[in-house]
Amino acid sequence: MQHYSGFGLLKHSFSHHENWQRVWRNPTPKKKYDVIIVGGGGHGLATAYYLAKEFGVTNVAVIEKGFLGGGNTARNTTIVRSNYLWDEAAHLYEHSMKLWEGLSQDLNYNVMFSQRGCLNLGHTLQDMRDIERRVNANRLNGIDGEVLDAQQVKEIVPVLDCSDRARYPVMGASWQPRAGVARHDAVAWGFARGADTRGVDLIQQTEVEDLIIEDGTVVGVRTARYGEIRADRVGCVVAGNSSVLAKMGGFELPLESHPLQALVSEPIKPILDTVVMSNQVHGYASQSDKGDLVIGAGIDGYNGYGQRGSYSTIEHTIQAIVEMFPVFSRVRMNRQWGGIVDTCPDACPIISETPVKNLFFNCGWGTGGFKATPGSGHVFAASLAKGEMHPLAKPFSMFRFHNGALVDEHGAAGVAH
Amino acid sequence: MFHIYCPHCCEYREEEEFHASGQAHIPRPLDPDACTDKEWGEFMYFRANPRGIHHELWVHGAGCRKYFNITRNTHTYEILEVYKVGEKPSIVANEAK
Repeated sequence: MQHYSGFGLLKHSFSHHENWQRVWRNPTPKKKYDVIIVGGGGHGLATAYYLAKEFGVTNVAVIEKGFLGGGNTARNTTIVRSNYLWDEAAHLYEHSMKLWEGLSQDLNYNVMFSQRGCLNLGHTLQDMRDIERRVNANRLNGIDGEVLDAQQVKEIVPVLDCSDRARYPVMGASWQPRAGVARHDAVAWGFARGADTRGVDLIQQTEVEDLIIEDGTVVGVRTARYGEIRADRVGCVVAGNSSVLAKMGGFELPLESHPLQALVSEPIKPILDTVVMSNQVHGYASQSDKGDLVIGAGIDGYNGYGQRGSYSTIEHTIQAIVEMFPVFSRVRMNRQWGGIVDTCPDACPIISETPVKNLFFNCGWGTGGFKATPGSGHVFAASLAKGEMHPLAKPFSMFRFHNGALVDEHGAAGVAH
Repeated sequence: MFHIYCPHCCEYREEEEFHASGQAHIPRPLDPDACTDKEWGEFMYFRANPRGIHHELWVHGAGCRKYFNITRNTHTYEILEVYKVGEKPSIVANEAK
C-alpha cells in the first residue's frame, strides 16, 4: 500500500499527481471465502477492515450492489457523539468514539474527524431534567458531558436564539466536547483501502439475490453477476434493506425502513463551529469545512425504500432550523436527499445471531449509525471471527424483542442524527 | 408528497392531514396470557417491512380521525388501493418465496 504523507503529496506534485496508485483493486470473486459481508457501506467495510487487521481473517469478501459507501454512508449528516443514556448503548458508542479518536492515524487516511462538540438543547423543564439525568449517567460511564444553562449555550453559539422571545426558549443544553463530525466518504474509502490492502476482496456492482441455506445453516450467497459464492459465515450489514435479506433467510426482523431526509445549504462563511441538536424543536445543524450548513431532522412516518421522502417533512425541518437560528432565514438550500434507515422499536441497533446458523446481522442503526461506524465494525468483526457475539454486542441481540430486554434509547436518539 | 383518498371522507387530501400507523392486519392474540414470550414479542415488534407491495394502516388525524388501510408500493411510493378497516385488499403481492 502506498503510504500517504505530506512528503508523498510533495513528491507526487512533481509528476502532476498522475502516478498515484489505485486505492483498491476490483477483483473477480473466488468460489469460497471464510467470511462474506453483504453490504459495502461504512459499517460493512469497517467490519472487513477489523476482521483482517485485528482478527487475522483475510479470506473475506465484501459484496456491494452499488458502489462503496453509496448508501446511508453518503447520505447522513456525519455527527459523531456518544452521550447515550443506558449503559449498554453508552459503552457501544463510546467504544466507537475511542476508535474515532485514532482513526485517521490507524487508517493512514484523513477522515477529517473534528471534535467540535455537540449541544443537545433543552427547551422545557422536563428536557432539562432528562439532560441532567443523561449527563450524570454519561459521566458515571466515563463519557464527557456537561449541563449548560442558556447563558453558557449563548457563549458557545452566539447565533443561536437564546432569548425568551423564542417560541420555545432555550433553557440549557447538554454539551459533549469530544463529539463532532467526520468526513463521511473518507471513512468508507479509508476502511476500504485498509481492508483491500490486507487481502479483502471488495466486490462492487454485485447484488445478492438470495442466501444459500442448507439444513438451517447459511453456506453462501447467490448473485446475478457471479453466481454462487460460498462462505463459512455470512454477515449482513445492509441498513435499510435488512428486512429484505432477512426474508431471504426466512425470518422477520423488528425493523421498519423509513426515508430520512437531509439538506445542505449554499456554502457560507464560518458561522457555526459546533453541532447543535434539538429534540423539542426537532432539527439539528452543523457547518461543514466547505461552509455549507448540514441540516437534518426526523424520518418520514411511512415505510419507504425509495431514498426520497415528502416535501412537508423537510419544510418542518427548515422551520425548526429557522426557529433556532433566525439568522439563517435567508440562506438558500443547495441540495436535499433521502436515505433508507432501518428503525428499531427501541432506537438501538441489532448486532446479532439469527435463527439461521452462521448468519449474522448488523442492522437497525436507524437514524444514528454513522457515529458508530468504527465501533460497530469492530464488535461485528470480533463476532464474525469467533462465531460468538462480542460482549459489547450481546445486549443488542434480535432476541431481546422476545425476552423484553430492550435498551430504550428514544431519549438520546429522539431526533435523527 | 402523497395525495391520499380518505374512504371515510370520500375525498382526496394532502398527506399532512394523515399519519402512517404501520403494518395493517396484525391481529391481537385472542388470549395474550397464553402467549409465549416469542409469540408476544412477534406481535409487538416484528414487522413485514417489504420492499414492494405493503398493506399499511393510516389515520386521517387532521380530518375525520378515522383509521383505514392503504396498499402501497414502498419502492415506487405508488398508492395502489385504499380500503376500510375490516375489508380485504384486492391487490396483494405475489409471494415468490
